[in-house]
Amino acid sequence: MKPKRFSWPGAALIAGLVFLYLPLVVVIVYSFNESRLVTVWTGFSTRWYGELMADSQLLRAAGVSLTVALLSATIATVLGTLAGFVLTRFGFFRGRALLVGTIAAPLVMPEVITGLSLLLVFVALEQGFAWMPGRGILTIVLAHASLTMSYVAIVVQARLAGMERDIEEAAADLGATPATVFRTITLPLIFPAVAAGWLLAFVLSLDDLVIASFVAGPQSTTLPMMVFSSIRLGVSPKINALAAILVLLTAVLLVVAARVQRGSKPAESSAG
Amino acid sequence: MTRRQGLIAILWLWSAALFVLPLIIVLKISVAETRLGVPPYTAFFDAAHHVTANTENYSRLFTDSLYVKAYLGSLKTAFIATLIALLMGYPMAYAIARAPAHRRDLWLLLVMLPFWTSFLVRIYAWIGLLRPSGIINTVLQALGIIDAPLHMLNTNGAVYLGIVYTYLPFMVLPLYARLEKLDASLLEAARDLGATPWRAFCAVTLPLSMPGIVAGCLLVFIPAVGEFVIPELLGGPNTLMIGRVLWNEFFTNRDWPVASAVTAVLLILLVAPIVWVQRLQARGDLAP
Repeated sequence: MKPKRFSWPGAALIAGLVFLYLPLVVVIVYSFNESRLVTVWTGFSTRWYGELMADSQLLRAAGVSLTVALLSATIATVLGTLAGFVLTRFGFFRGRALLVGTIAAPLVMPEVITGLSLLLVFVALEQGFAWMPGRGILTIVLAHASLTMSYVAIVVQARLAGMERDIEEAAADLGATPATVFRTITLPLIFPAVAAGWLLAFVLSLDDLVIASFVAGPQSTTLPMMVFSSIRLGVSPKINALAAILVLLTAVLLVVAARVQRGSKPAESSAG
Repeated sequence: MTRRQGLIAILWLWSAALFVLPLIIVLKISVAETRLGVPPYTAFFDAAHHVTANTENYSRLFTDSLYVKAYLGSLKTAFIATLIALLMGYPMAYAIARAPAHRRDLWLLLVMLPFWTSFLVRIYAWIGLLRPSGIINTVLQALGIIDAPLHMLNTNGAVYLGIVYTYLPFMVLPLYARLEKLDASLLEAARDLGATPWRAFCAVTLPLSMPGIVAGCLLVFIPAVGEFVIPELLGGPNTLMIGRVLWNEFFTNRDWPVASAVTAVLLILLVAPIVWVQRLQARGDLAP
């Protein structure tokens, strides 16, 4: 098959990619528009970026979001790696199928269900045991960790399943304890997947609106919550600038994730 | 307890606390009554230790036409959007699977990348394009193609567009995983036996990619049914979807028991597709 020949699927792929990227390109271009009217181009300017940096409320929300993302991604990575390891290396144990189910379910569950049900647990814990009174950053961290841990588990599981076990077995034969084998052999080998999992969890947490809206306390507004309430009021050049920053930030993080993950493995499994 | 059992126990505790327990509490509160106070629902047992549960919230869901319409609206919207995503995603996945091997990862990354960029930003971008004084209308008017701005934002069409735009990568990925594994010699055999390319596609490629089609459709359909942000920002006042109703019951009306009942019924509607996804997951049909 000649690569240059016209094909309908090829044209559909290009059209699909244009469809996926064009809106983002438009937002980024217009974030440099001088005019307050979002559609009329009057000249190049970075003034909206300046105004963005002067918005203290927005910066505080960004701080909350980054804190939540850092903490929840770290918890999710520890638990997700553990889950990936247990599900690929422990063979059969009672309740395994059910555990697989509860770990994978949050991946497809509509966010409104996850958000409402987690909030109700936090309220019940507050009523019953006075845990996490008023809710705040901690409840968002736990909620995000419970969602993103599933993504980490999938990435790590795919890596472990596609890996030869001969080195691990050799180390065990030579007398290494399971903990030593894990620390000195398994973990370094799966590290690219673990790091990619952390980055994915971080990005997902940074992006979440619905779950955070349910479980956040009145004092802890995240960046997506602020963006959502200002989008409801209409389109503004400042939001264009913020959108451009968010797009570029996630794009950079994901290219890094893809690079890291590809680090030492065949290119079969991917992030999804 | 051995270390092995200990590690499994940690996972069980976490899942029980943040997945199983929440769903049980949703069921519990869905049979409570609303009251003023903190928390805004009645206890499961009253002071005399009698069960106070009642099914009033559920009968409301089935008698008040708002809820029935919202559930049906969600299913319809999700179905149409899934179909459009399949028609767009299939040729894309096919093209990637037929691309030279060293290019496939790059194409796939290009398809996946937008999914990971901020979801709100992507919806926001469409508001800027679709609104009456937006970019599409401005360009079309400048070219003299239309006289008055088209009404595109806040319509059902905009909601389909938003869902397709958001979840298209979910469709492409499992389709690609299937199409990439397809044995090319089967197609050659079909052609050698005189099949036209279209016939060979229908008789060989399409049936063999069926697991990918099922997986992709489920991955788009399930989140679309419960979608809140897209109908809220791109839909009109008449776009009734259950995620939106749930949100309003909870945040605007502060009626937690009804919101819980709405959630419970939504969950029951989606149990079959979710279990189906998990079986595909266990068989490795979801990711390439």
